[in-house]
This record gives sequence, C-alpha cells and structure tokens, in this order.
Amino acid sequence: MKSIALLLAAAAAFGADPPVKVRLPTSRADLENGEKLYQANCALCHGTKGDGGRGAVLAGRKLARAADDAALVKVIEEGVRGTEMPGAWQLSAREGRQVAAFVRSLSRVSSKPVPGDANHGAELYAQNHCSACHAIRGLGGSAGPDLSDTGLRRNPAFLRTSLTDPEAELPRSYQLVSIRTNSGSAITGARLNEDSFSIQVRDSSGKVHSLWKHEIAELKKERGKSAMPSYKQLSSADLDDLVAYLSSLKEAS
Amino acid sequence: MRAARFIMVILGWAGASSAQDPFNVPYERIRDANKEPGNWLTYSRDYTGQRYSTLDLINVSNAGRLRVAWVHQAKEADTVETSPLVVDGIMYISEPPNIVKALDARTGSALWTYRKQIPTDLRMCCGRVNRGVAILNDAIYYGSIDAHLIALDARTGRVRWDTQLADYKLGFTSTGAPLAVKDKIITGIAGGEFGIRGFIDAHDAKTGKRVWRFNTIPGKGEPGNETWAGESWKTGSASTWVTGVFDPESNTLFWGTGNPGPDWNGDVRKGDNLYSDSLLALDADTGAKKWHFQYTPHDEHDWDSTQTPTLVDTMVGGQPRKLVTLANRNAFYYALDRGTGRFVAGAPYVKQTWASGLDEAGRAMLLPNTSPTAEGHLLWPSLGGGSNWYSSTYSPKTDLYYVNAKEAGAYYHKGEAEYKPGALFNGGGQRENPAEEGYGAVRALEVATGKLRWEYRLHTPSHAGLMTTAGGLVFGSSGSTFFALDAVKGSLLWRFDTGGEIIANPITYLNEGKQYVLVAAGHGLFVFGLD
Repeated sequence: MKSIALLLAAAAAFGADPPVKVRLPTSRADLENGEKLYQANCALCHGTKGDGGRGAVLAGRKLARAADDAALVKVIEEGVRGTEMPGAWQLSAREGRQVAAFVRSLSRVSSKPVPGDANHGAELYAQNHCSACHAIRGLGGSAGPDLSDTGLRRNPAFLRTSLTDPEAELPRSYQLVSIRTNSGSAITGARLNEDSFSIQVRDSSGKVHSLWKHEIAELKKERGKSAMPSYKQLSSADLDDLVAYLSSLKEAS
Repeated sequence: MRAARFIMVILGWAGASSAQDPFNVPYERIRDANKEPGNWLTYSRDYTGQRYSTLDLINVSNAGRLRVAWVHQAKEADTVETSPLVVDGIMYISEPPNIVKALDARTGSALWTYRKQIPTDLRMCCGRVNRGVAILNDAIYYGSIDAHLIALDARTGRVRWDTQLADYKLGFTSTGAPLAVKDKIITGIAGGEFGIRGFIDAHDAKTGKRVWRFNTIPGKGEPGNETWAGESWKTGSASTWVTGVFDPESNTLFWGTGNPGPDWNGDVRKGDNLYSDSLLALDADTGAKKWHFQYTPHDEHDWDSTQTPTLVDTMVGGQPRKLVTLANRNAFYYALDRGTGRFVAGAPYVKQTWASGLDEAGRAMLLPNTSPTAEGHLLWPSLGGGSNWYSSTYSPKTDLYYVNAKEAGAYYHKGEAEYKPGALFNGGGQRENPAEEGYGAVRALEVATGKLRWEYRLHTPSHAGLMTTAGGLVFGSSGSTFFALDAVKGSLLWRFDTGGEIIANPITYLNEGKQYVLVAAGHGLFVFGLD
C-alpha cells in the first residue's frame, strides 16, 4: 500500500501534466480584483506588498516555485505540497488568474530605462564601502542584505529611497536590536532569530552572536531603525548612478 | 492475528501498568479514569476536560532532569497535532493527513498502521490536521479529513465500519478527536469557513449508525432560528471542531461551537446567530438541548468558541459550585454554572478592545465601531484570539486555570460574501498589525473569577496546549520548545527544543512504573522521562 502511495506521490511531484500556456488577464479591473483577493487570501503570509513573512517573498521577478505563469496559477490553485501553502481552490479559475496577475505586478520592475551611469555607480559602491555590509556574487559583508539580485526584487524608486532614507521601509523580517549582557558586553545588530529562550544577532562586522535570554540584562528592539546609514549627502546624479548600478544586479539565486 | 496475539503477550508482560486488558476499554474505565492514572483513555485524559494528571513521579524536584526517551517520526509533511491515548502500554495516535497508528508506548515502534484513502479535492481552511482518536471497548474511533467517522479494531487497525458524517465537497471535514460516551461515539464537525450547517453527532459504537444529531443552527420554526436574518441560517456555519466534555453525574455533554458564517461580514446574517460561538449542554442519550450560553453574539471576528471546556468543582463566594469554565478566543474568561448555564463570573484575560465588559448575564457589552471595514479596522484580540483550540488546564491542587494566552491585535477586513457550495465563505479577512510584535504567555487564573495570579511570558505566541500534573507542574510549549513550569510559582523548571513547531496538547502516562510526558512536535512525537 505504502509503496503504491509513494509512487503516486512521485508521479504527481514530477508532473505528468503536459505544459499548459496560461495567459494572465491584464485589464485594470482584473488587477484590482486580483489585488482584493490577494489582500484577503494571501497577504497574511506573503505580506500586503509581497514582501513575505510567514510565506515566501513574492516581490521578486523570479519565483522559485513559479517559473512561468502556468506554474504560478498552479501554485495558487493547488498550493505547495509539504508546505503551509494551501491551494486556493475556493477561487474560480478566473479569480486565480487575477491573483496571479496581481502577484506578477508586485514584482514588475519598471521597464523604463534607469537614468544614470551604472559603471560610475559601481565605483561609488566601492568608494562608499557598501561591500563592508553587503555582498554581491559572494563578495562583501553579511551585515546587510545580499544585493546580487536586488535589481530583480526592487524597483529603482525603492532602491533610491533605501539609499537616502533606509528606515522609510524596512524588510518585514528586519529587526535591529541592542543587547546588554549580564557580563556587561554590548551587542547591536540585526536579529536573525528570536524565540522565548534565545536570540541570535548578526552585528555590523558580520559576526553572529547567540545568547540565551537568561544571559541578557537588557534587550532593546530598535523599532523602525536600520543599521544602514543614509547616503542622502550624495548628489542627485551620483544617486542616479548608484541606483542604475544596483538595478543592473539581476543574478537569479 | 497471530502477530497481534504475540504483541498482546509481549505487552502483557512488559508494558502493562495495570492488570487491565489494553484492548478492552469499556465506558466505565473512561468514566473512572482516576482509578488508572497511568493511562490516558480519552482526549483530555478524563471527561472533565481538565487535562490534569494525578501522576507525580515527575515533579518540581526532578523535572529539570527530564530527557528524551524516544521519538516517533511521522514521515509525513503535515504537522502532527495529535493528543495520543495510552492504554496499558499501547499508544493510539492519529497522523496527518489520513493515518491512525498503534505504537508500543515503551519504544515508539508501530504495531499497526491504518491509512485511509482520501480524495485530492478536499476543502479545508487550515491544513490536513487531526487531533486524536477515541477508544471504546476494543475499537479505535477516528474522524477523517473527508468527514467520515471510522471504527478500527484496536488490536489490528482493521476497519470495523466507516460512516460518512457529511459531504466533504461542501466543506465539511473532521479534525477533532471523537468522544466515547457509554455506547456512543460523539463527534463534532469542522468547516466553519464554508457556510456549512454545523452539528454534533452521536453514533452507535458497535454499528456506526447515527443515533442522534444536534444541529447547531436551529431550523425554520425552531427556537433560535429567528436570530438569523432571512435564509442566512442555512449557511451560518457554527462548526464543532474541537472535542467536548461529559458530566456523567448529570448525563450532560458540553460542546463548544464555532463562528457564524460568513466570518467577517455580519451584514448578511443580522441577529445574534444562535448557536454560534456558544457552549451547548446536551443530554448525552438523546442530544436534547438542556441549555446554551452564547459567548459572542453576532460575531464578526471569527472567534470560535470551540475550545474544550473544563468542568470544575470549586468554592465560589464560600459556596461549593459545579462550574464549566472556558478562556474564550474573544479574550474573556468565563465561569458558568454547569447545571443551568448561568453566568457566574468572567473577565478579560488578554487585551481586548471590542467590549466595555460583561453584563450581569455574562453578555459582552459591545463598543461602537468594532465591525470589520473595507479598509481594515484595528482591534484586539486578533483572529487567533486570546487563546484557541488547544487545551487550557485546571489543577485541583492549585485551584488555578492555566491558559496559553496570546497578546496581539489585527486589522479586520470586511469583504464580499457570496455563498457558493464548497467554496470559502469568509466575507473578509485579517492582516497583522505591523506596529506590534505579538507575544504569548502562560497565565494562571483564579478559576472562580478569572483573576490573574501569575504569568510566564513567551516571546513567541504559541499554538500548543497545556497540561497540569499532581507533581506540581504545568507543561506547555513555545515555538518548538516544550517546557515545564512550577504550577504555583510560574517559574521555568525545564525545557527542550524539539526543532519542530509544537501545535498540540501534551499528555503523560506510566510505563513499567515510570512516568513519561509526551508532546507532538513538527512531524513526530517526543517522549520524555527520567533516567
């Protein structure tokens, strides 16, 4: 019995379905309804802007489990086996496609050419020591987010704001914490994990600190704060160049 | 059969903690569960729903030395939420999505496995979960995700009978453990997000034939139907997805009901919406209603009142009282007289912003502008509630009621609500409050009043149940960590990180004279004992 079940599961997993071409709706009404359905059904886990949370980040052009629109519709309709992602069979076929269209719109990076000189932006990136905290294709620090595919995930306006006002919109999972231990050490960094009994923090040098709660004298959550400094002192032209460089980073993970 | 007999011989020698027959659990054994404290014979151990064990070999002085005795891995992707039964060395569990197993309680080895064929087009709000089985005489009773009630031979797992409770294609599912009472199997039903009409069923344990059904929404002409505008009663949900309790003395079942449907849009179902979000007291033989108490009239926030209630005999104002108590998802704790259903006491046990308090009859005094809106309205508690389906516990030793509380608010949205058979019928939803990081706490409440005695704060709001023991312990969970607290002081005595999220109620039992504590975590069972 068990082996038959496994075989059936394997057949399903490796997809006996023939490839299906799916066209997602494009009208404003469809997108609006897709957004409404998304906010009601998906946002709780995936974030209102697709920035993730309990569920995966959807605001990236390449979705790991939905390489094309047909796969995306299938994930929405059937869920992802073995994960918490349920199938939204309560939606009609049309509604499922509307949600898919909205999800795709979350990740639509502006098709307008990005003003600025990406090559000069790369120089500015080096001059401003961005790599002390950020890695690109394996080179750089780990205190800040890896930027190898930031051009896929973030649009230029978002990137520009991130440079001038890093605290304007923080990633949902980001939490800067300041800790004073019982032995008197001070640690500041991004929280990697926290549960009832322990916390793990990465400081600005990339070092990971693991502490039991009973070892901590004070744990302060710096809400809305980012360890990233503002680069608003850069000229508008330099910011354009830096954004152009960051927008060019599109290495799929 | 030969294998089964061999197992009986082995367990009769090695595992049994009493001279009882592990494959014969008549009603009287469950009724008198305190006579065999080493076993766990029904969902909450006994009929009171207290989830309290009289075992004290593990206690405040040695709980710090608990260590893993064995682990049973489910080999399935879904989270295990089962509350096992243990009968004289044999453990009976359900595993998602469709499995029942008998395990050797000494080693965790499987003695038999039953796997139900289930359809692929199931309708569920919240995962392919199951929270346990019932035993009566020599049979195991299991409610399957496709809404069947199934009797299995306790010795072999072979199907005795299989009765459809309702049509899964309309959104009915079964996730709770059935309750064996006398010669009947009592079961509720899930599906409150699908516009079902909820019910509590009693089936003949021998034949599987339905003996009675109590519809949780009164039909046309029945008292209570007038609390639903128009035809809204037909799709009003009021599911019954968590196991209730039984009072043998008065022959009364106490069973909670879920949210009215659609969840977040009350416009289409004006009225109090009886008997949604209520506690029902039913005659166990006939299913006739004795009384009801509605905790949240005309609920618009999905605050099911399906939690397992607790039967408590205690002193109130110097008088002995027989109570039925519940820390409700709506943020209030309630103590009711279990003979009449009359309100005795109540108080909020977590932050709430929807009512100014409870009136003399226990009805919440609603604040203005608390309904969900199209843009989203911030309100406490969140959809998950102050607590949820997982068990609270009462210790007669401390006379305290312990609840796994959650502190969080949420933005409640109202949306369109059009009923389509078998489709979600929510009428909105909720989103988290980004300005707040919710937290959890084990809170010890005075059982007669709901007044807070102490709390043990948890960073992570937990979706796991609690258990108290005569060893002076409260067992609970936070995230993937299982822990023991001092039941009097609320201090942490022991913890273990299982590595898998714990969404289950703990149990305890004896094997070969040693006490063990068990909780399902992630995709398996973790059993702890002393060296």
